[in-house]
Amino acid sequence: MGEAGIVSELFLERLNYCIYVILLLIGLWAMLAKRNLIKKLIGMSVFQTAIILFYVSIAVKEEATIPIYLPEHDPHGAHHQAGEDKNESHVSEHAHGPKVLDPKTIKGYANPLPHVLMLTAIVVGVATLGLALALTQRIYQGYGTIEEDELLEKLDRADERASLSPLITSKRNAERRKKAQQAKAKTSSSSVSKKAKEGTSSTAKVSKKKSPSGSSQPSVKKGAKKKA
Amino acid sequence: MMKFFSLIPVIAIGVLLLWAGQDFPEWGDVESPASQSPVSSHFIGNTGVDTEVPNMVTAVLADYRGFDTMFETVVVFIAGIAVIAILSGSTTGRRRRKDHEVEAEPDIIVTNTVRLIIPILQIFAFYVLAHGHVSPGGGFQGGVVMGASFILIAISWDLEKAMSRFPIKMCMIVAALGIILYGGIGLLSMFLGGEFLDYAELEKVLPVSREMARYHAMLGVEIGVGFTVTAIMFALYANLASEGRLKEGL
Amino acid sequence: MIGLEIFNTFILFFLVVAAVTSLWVKDLLVSAVVFGVYSFLMCLLWAEMGAVDVAFTEATVGAGISTVVMVATIFHLRRKSND
Repeated sequence: MGEAGIVSELFLERLNYCIYVILLLIGLWAMLAKRNLIKKLIGMSVFQTAIILFYVSIAVKEEATIPIYLPEHDPHGAHHQAGEDKNESHVSEHAHGPKVLDPKTIKGYANPLPHVLMLTAIVVGVATLGLALALTQRIYQGYGTIEEDELLEKLDRADERASLSPLITSKRNAERRKKAQQAKAKTSSSSVSKKAKEGTSSTAKVSKKKSPSGSSQPSVKKGAKKKA
Repeated sequence: MMKFFSLIPVIAIGVLLLWAGQDFPEWGDVESPASQSPVSSHFIGNTGVDTEVPNMVTAVLADYRGFDTMFETVVVFIAGIAVIAILSGSTTGRRRRKDHEVEAEPDIIVTNTVRLIIPILQIFAFYVLAHGHVSPGGGFQGGVVMGASFILIAISWDLEKAMSRFPIKMCMIVAALGIILYGGIGLLSMFLGGEFLDYAELEKVLPVSREMARYHAMLGVEIGVGFTVTAIMFALYANLASEGRLKEGL
Repeated sequence: MIGLEIFNTFILFFLVVAAVTSLWVKDLLVSAVVFGVYSFLMCLLWAEMGAVDVAFTEATVGAGISTVVMVATIFHLRRKSND
């Protein structure tokens, strides 16, 4: 039953690595499967912090202290001690200058190298998060939604509209501009019939905007319903 | 549907990682390869002799791997500029009234408490920056605490009061100043005959020994990093809270 | 050192719970705040592991700036998410 050995070894002694892997998977799945953009960003951040957690946990040494020199190895301890022992005649053993540590004392300090690398990683992570949130705000201003499926629909429709040939779109723009000028000229005089005519022209304008390739009948009905 | 399909590669990666996880060293093992590596042993053993800085992490960050830190500061700067560039083309002309939004005056209790807290916060930021050599701290942490003090002004009163203390143009100038300081110290040591960012050569201009020259140059470099991080954190908040218009915000 | 093992396992378990909660709820503001809780738990774990510089940075940057910036963004977006 080598499998049982693997399971117990993995889950009992190295439980923390299992939890790091679980956090990694949660972050990765959130980035792939969630539809809301903010949830994707939270997934990205969970992913990054899980990696940083894994990296920093490699630097742990049992019975080791933090990576700041203790007073007996302190390089400035010499000056400090020399100042205090001015009145004494004998020289205390800390009064020589900083020296290279021997391997036995090196084992008493935690490893500083992963801490340094992960400091950089945290700061770069927050810069990335800030930039991604700015992009999300711009997307919301442009499209009015931050759900991925609605966004894809709107992008498809925008692509459709943009892929019409430029001749058709310029003609349509010219017609629209002419109608807008006519409508503006008509509203300067305030008679009811002119207002009714402006109503039909504006519904025609609305229908032309909404369905470029549909027939006129249902679109006029849609425009009338909108007005009502 | 996507939720189900994306589970397949995720679970595959999970199984692969867990299977590789059997070979990892146990937590806290002193004999693990990462703890035995000669590079970290060199850092732990020689920091006192080379630089006379008790905090190994600050020494490695600002001196032994100073090149990484310089480009990390540049990355933060670029992120801040990119946020300003993205959000300056903002299009909300009319103010959409949201359902969770209320009009509020600055509260009297909050403003008076914050008036007492902010000077202490800023002095603490300077302390963290300057004490990075002997205690946990350094340029990044001090810079972020300083930036947070300006964000506190923006939250308790309104954004205009914070912008009147620290306008966006000043933010950009301060951020650029931080990087110029960092690169300037590196270039100075290059002109004095060493390599780029070799602080020991600064003993020719400062009246101290080689090790103490590295000590003081590290402080200068951390101040540069602190400037950049302060300005960019505040610029990030100001732009995001007001959608780039910098008129009113949270 | 059995107490430390129990402490570590406890905090790691809470980390997973916080991550899952942050991604499950439909209200984006709750997501952002629980994300701040996640950052603080990370900071606690690192402080216990002896990585004090990393814990300090995560406390200021992760739980401070990251949460505030996310709440400031969500204020301008719709607060309810569909999934």
